Amino acid sequence: MNGMNAMKPALPSRISYAECSARERLARLLDADTFHEWLPPAQRLTSPHLAQLGVPGAFDDGVAIGRARLAGHEVFVAAQEGAFMGGGVGEVHGAKLVGLFRRALRDRPRAVLLLAESGGVRLHEANAGLIAVSEVMRALLDARAAGITVIVLIGGANGCFGGMGIVARCADHIVMSDAGRLAMSGPEVIEASHGVEEFDARDRALVWRVTGGRHRYLVGDCDQLVEDDVAAFRDAAIVALDSHRPLTLPALQDEHALLQRRLHDAGDAIDAPVMWQRLGIAQDERAPDLAVHELRALERTGEPVR
Amino acid sequence: MNWSELATALFGADHDIRADGSLLHGTATLARQSIAVVGTTDHASIGYALALRQAEVVLATMAHHPGRPVLLLIDTQGQQLRRHDELLGINRAMAHLGCCIDLARRRGHRVIGLVYDQALSGGFITSGLIADGCYALPQAEIRVMRLPAMARVTKLPEALLAELSQANPVFAPGVDNYVAMGGVRSLWRGDLAAALRQALADTPTDDTRAVDGAQRGGRRLAADVAQAVMDAA
Amino acid sequence: MSNPAPALETLSYAFPGTKPAGPFAPVLAGVVGSGNLEVLLEASAEPVCRFDVQTSARGFGSIWEAVLGDFQRRHDLAGVRVSIHDMGATPAVVGLRLSQAVAQLRTP
Repeated sequence: MNGMNAMKPALPSRISYAECSARERLARLLDADTFHEWLPPAQRLTSPHLAQLGVPGAFDDGVAIGRARLAGHEVFVAAQEGAFMGGGVGEVHGAKLVGLFRRALRDRPRAVLLLAESGGVRLHEANAGLIAVSEVMRALLDARAAGITVIVLIGGANGCFGGMGIVARCADHIVMSDAGRLAMSGPEVIEASHGVEEFDARDRALVWRVTGGRHRYLVGDCDQLVEDDVAAFRDAAIVALDSHRPLTLPALQDEHALLQRRLHDAGDAIDAPVMWQRLGIAQDERAPDLAVHELRALERTGEPVR
Repeated sequence: MNWSELATALFGADHDIRADGSLLHGTATLARQSIAVVGTTDHASIGYALALRQAEVVLATMAHHPGRPVLLLIDTQGQQLRRHDELLGINRAMAHLGCCIDLARRRGHRVIGLVYDQALSGGFITSGLIADGCYALPQAEIRVMRLPAMARVTKLPEALLAELSQANPVFAPGVDNYVAMGGVRSLWRGDLAAALRQALADTPTDDTRAVDGAQRGGRRLAADVAQAVMDAA
Repeated sequence: MSNPAPALETLSYAFPGTKPAGPFAPVLAGVVGSGNLEVLLEASAEPVCRFDVQTSARGFGSIWEAVLGDFQRRHDLAGVRVSIHDMGATPAVVGLRLSQAVAQLRTP
């Protein structure tokens, strides 16, 4: 192909993607020393809304953005810091992401990589955060409509929830680890609304069966499942550079048919193994316990190849 | 104003909008132009299935009525908070609805959102907020989350959040705050049919919300920050 | 106001120093999370090490003064501005982040 040695440092052992900060992920995942940050911390673009709640801001408002190289290709990147406000999207944070997608329209990088770790709208910024998430969604779809590949990586401890769970599914390609989670409402919110019988938020095994990377991979809601390892995410992101799929009417009609079939076939399932069985995937009853590489060898649901 | 009164105010007798459960759909005529109408009522909880039903209407409009404007009537309490929906992938269903609406826009269908009662969170992200522009009736309310759940998640006292929701523009659910922030273009009063005609004529197809928010003073930083990314070395 | 929001506390200190750091690109260490802090180091023209702290954990001014003074006694920096966003980190964690930040200064 291009005979490229992907300039990755020789790491002696696995580095947990989940345990890395956003900036550590960027430093390790992208080609060494190629990340150039836009609106860096020294510019102090902090949130105007947090002080009134007695919460300190972050110099980068919880997201680092810029350009870099991945296997030699120019990419634009954003990494959300899950430790700051749960990665929630506020006014400035959202505007940085919007600017990144808009710049991608102009500068046409190979791809935009979003290292997503977020609870969705930053509740401390309520209305401003809700509008911000929507602006991010529009800007992402503008970039895709212009032929820019959008890749989302999900593997942080906070997962990718809320409005960001919707935004993630607007991308071309999602890579998740077993440790990652992708969903809409957090289990705590569901439990608060409908009780512990509906969803016991402290039952970690349940939470991961319903929202975790394994389940999402098996039903086809993410495209690659990797180990909790920065190098594995990097390799998966490189594969994803070729994943662009235009959003056309036939594509959405196919998606609709798939989602309808799933609704019909899953019936009233409320746990993952039952749903897998009803969808005819992962008939191996060991599926919940297989190692990631063994899981990838299983046949997933019969879906259009993405 | 319930959806039926709203439909009459907008279209008189020139519509066949009906409610199927909490799904609203139909076709209306305004100034001799056909308009596809889809939305929800009864403060609908948008689950996986209801998201798909709405998407179906938008897809059918694109397939059978190219260029026909779409009016989204919004009354929702947000996404359905059930384990079953999460298991099925409600975020994917909602993204699908959002992408259908967004594609309709790109294919030349003018998409107008109208919050006529309430809108929350995910239910709003995949309706009014992905339209060409969103409007609201003056008494409508838009929220991110109900206060008790918000207090639990943020660990902020509910009493504090309640107080902020009275007058603080970032928290108060009144739609005038959303107008000030640029999230809602304007409120419709009086002649609603005229307001809709105006919206169909005037609503831009670019996302001007951050610029609007800066001009109106409700959201001062977003536009400048996005521009700063464009200009950064 | 019947339910006042907790307010942030801001603290500032300037300690004289004799080892000019010289020009350097800004350096960041740490993350603003519960029990954690972020530290931003920037070059300045002053013959001091200046600290500006914004913290959600109120009432610990004397401890900050001690920890930061201690740090400056060890490093004796001049021409450095240290800006901190803190969410209740212990003195040990504060010291760790400061050390991590300074270590980046020393790396060419």
